[in-house]
Amino acid sequence: MIWQIDLAVLILVLICAVGALAVKDLMGAAILFGAYSFLMCILWAVMGAVDVAFTEASVGAGVSTVFFVAAVFRTSRRSKD
Amino acid sequence: MKALALAIVALVGGLLISATVDFPDWGDPASPAALHVSPRYIEKTMEDTSVPNIVTSVLADYRGFDTMFETTVVFTAGVACFLLLRRREPRPGPSRVYRHRASGVIVEMSQAPDTEPAPEVFKRIDDDWTPHDLIVMNVCRLLIPFIQLFGLYVIAHGHHSPGGGFQGGVILGASVILLALSWDLRTASLRMREVATGLMSAIGVFIYAGVGALALAMGGNFLDYAALAPILMVDPVAARSLGIFFVEVGVGLAVMATMVLIYKNLASEGRLDQGL
Repeated sequence: MIWQIDLAVLILVLICAVGALAVKDLMGAAILFGAYSFLMCILWAVMGAVDVAFTEASVGAGVSTVFFVAAVFRTSRRSKD
Repeated sequence: MKALALAIVALVGGLLISATVDFPDWGDPASPAALHVSPRYIEKTMEDTSVPNIVTSVLADYRGFDTMFETTVVFTAGVACFLLLRRREPRPGPSRVYRHRASGVIVEMSQAPDTEPAPEVFKRIDDDWTPHDLIVMNVCRLLIPFIQLFGLYVIAHGHHSPGGGFQGGVILGASVILLALSWDLRTASLRMREVATGLMSAIGVFIYAGVGALALAMGGNFLDYAALAPILMVDPVAARSLGIFFVEVGVGLAVMATMVLIYKNLASEGRLDQGL
């Protein structure tokens, strides 16, 4: 891939990772984590690991985000610390 | 304390980043990982298993033992979720809301009834119910069969294209979760009951281990699908390809059922009566 796009995706991955840790709203953290997984999926696909990218897209970005959202709905939404 | 933690994180992170400089280049044919067994897989996979997708053949054949226990891990995660979250006692709070199907009248019962009213006459409504969007409900209803078809394709076509049991199973499970999200949890539970999810995730692991044990009984090694050739009435190479397919079906079953099981328990606080 064009290295500029590669760099942009990498920076977005970092932003999503730090954001998911820093955000106080747990729902926002879950969404950011999903976005992180999807960007990682793009990176796997760029590196030629299509099977891993597929798994990352379905498990990481898909189902685990739903699990997080379901868990957040059943707990308090904002983190105390 | 926070500053100390940040300093430690920065130090360890810096060390890790500086260590990556010593890594072999991306795609370097002389890297240690590419020198040991990789050439054998790349050269012999077609000869050994007649599977074009090397990743699938490594995952389910050469390294089949690993994948069997990965499936077991998924199964164990589902069992753990069930044991931790599942609750038998009904939801606290006495009132329940029903809609009379024929007239559309909403009935609120101040006491939880001893026996549920007949579901074909009264439809139970979630406590935090919002009117369902007609477009979302019907688009999801139309989409779900195609999602499931794609999931089956991913499981069965893992030999030739990216995919396999894990991805296909997750897609199949996600289709049931989509039904629970767009309609309600009870509708999805009618399609896939709790007993079915538990049984299917156990049967998936059983299929995987059973194929391995069958190979053992036929005189081969555990998970050596070539030993199944006399039963399948094909040559050993095709038997390995078919054996991969059987275990992928097992993985797909286990993963699909476990995903639905975990979602149901998470979304309904283990009561399985109403969810998101």
